[in-house]
Amino acid sequence: MARSENVQQLTGHLFRHEAGKMAAVLARILGSDRLEVAEDIVQDTLIKAMETWGFKGVPENPSGWLYAVAKNKALDFIRSRQRHEQIHSEIAKAIHSEWSLPSSVNGLFLESEIEDSQLRMMFAACHPSIQEESQIALTLKILGGLSVREIANAFLTNEETIQKRIARAKEKLRDEKISLEIPSPQFLSSRIDAVLKVLYLLFNEGYHPSQSDQLLREDLCEEAMRLTYLLIQNLVTRQPKVLALMALMCLQVSRFDARKCSDGFISLEQQDRSRWSKELMNKGFGLLEQASVGNELSEYHLEAAIAAVHMKAVSFADTNWNRLLILYDILAQLKPGPIIELNRAIAIGYAKSYREGLEELRKINELESNHFYHAALGNFFWLLKDRDHAERSYSNALSIATTSADKDFLRKKIDEIQLSK
Amino acid sequence: MLIFHGGSSIAPEMRSPEALQAHMQKWFAWVEKLRKEGRYLSGEPLEPTGKMVSGKKKLVTDGPFAEGKEVVGGFFIIEAKDINEATELAKDCPDFIYDGAVQVRPVQKM
Repeated sequence: MARSENVQQLTGHLFRHEAGKMAAVLARILGSDRLEVAEDIVQDTLIKAMETWGFKGVPENPSGWLYAVAKNKALDFIRSRQRHEQIHSEIAKAIHSEWSLPSSVNGLFLESEIEDSQLRMMFAACHPSIQEESQIALTLKILGGLSVREIANAFLTNEETIQKRIARAKEKLRDEKISLEIPSPQFLSSRIDAVLKVLYLLFNEGYHPSQSDQLLREDLCEEAMRLTYLLIQNLVTRQPKVLALMALMCLQVSRFDARKCSDGFISLEQQDRSRWSKELMNKGFGLLEQASVGNELSEYHLEAAIAAVHMKAVSFADTNWNRLLILYDILAQLKPGPIIELNRAIAIGYAKSYREGLEELRKINELESNHFYHAALGNFFWLLKDRDHAERSYSNALSIATTSADKDFLRKKIDEIQLSK
Repeated sequence: MLIFHGGSSIAPEMRSPEALQAHMQKWFAWVEKLRKEGRYLSGEPLEPTGKMVSGKKKLVTDGPFAEGKEVVGGFFIIEAKDINEATELAKDCPDFIYDGAVQVRPVQKM
């Protein structure tokens, strides 16, 4: 035990990240039908760490210390059970031989195997037979190391709901005998799609918050990125669409600081572009370039490309609207929805003419309660010098806008219109 | 001597790795403070289980020796002027929010 003066600060989320790693490895050792046991072992291990480290200080290799404790607890469990019950897992055979048991368990706690276990767990948690909301909850719980309460807070729901979702996911894993493995080549692409969807939803949940614990929401983005990165690190799962999703995430996160205001978020148009993180932007551009191979064009490619167009513009006026329009046209076919139509209409307005943009906007009728929609209408009316309609649309937008930044922006617009009359 | 009973490890809030780590940081900070003031002499965590040898027949029984809130999790030996000062120091223990208890006992001097 090292008790030097300055080692008492552990890295950010060590416990949470190690909890995710250990749970994945233990699940592989004990079988996907014993997730609870795996979780209990993780919990006991962390409690033991808290109790002893609190007294004696952080050991030199904190992760190694945790793995050693978890390993022993797993071996204890297997030895106490093997006479009575069968253990369904890939190392089940080894379990019947005391001679090879410890080395088999040891092997799975090696760094490369830990990553492999996390990937297997990810594919299992996002198995198509499990409902999407349960996939998300289980992924966060097992791989993200979040507690039921933290997940409930993040999704603005109660603990009971999350508990049920997780229970349903575990039930499926048991009943369908879903094994912890990387899918075979013929199913790999579609199974990756399922995983990416969960990671994308997870990221968006953190990126487009309603109202909640801000810090935890940024954690959701970080967690989604961490898990996406795992897919990238493995050559089998490193597909272009995975790189594209990672590119999208980097580009979105690079605007984190610039879009923050005291009570919400600043819209893209009003952000101070000098505050975007150059490092993350370049990472995003680089990933998008790497993703542009092969013949699969995913929604992540398009969304990342759209983000890249915005971020390459030095100002809002400098935006390449023709390119955006092309991208939105394809995205609208791939993934139809009113928000995409709204953005496409704006792109038409700037790329072709304000009149055509306005016409496209008026075709959308599902966004009556969206202030961006009314502001977009107001904008094109204003650009077409129809002051009365512009004022009315901006007023509609103002009446439903929620953040002070949006309200200020809209009030200024209205003042501007009134002064020009 | 400060003897720690029950507390954080059985609290339901501790089902979160993040919360566990945050709580441990509080312990670090407390120990660090005692250390800087030159008050911290030693401390050991205790396993929840063990053996009890008792009576003329030296009867051996298995622990745990108490349940839940009563369980002793560990102890500190600290330097204090008197029992009052030691008691004040004990009040900084991070476990009280989780219903923990600290027994403060002077070590008898020769």
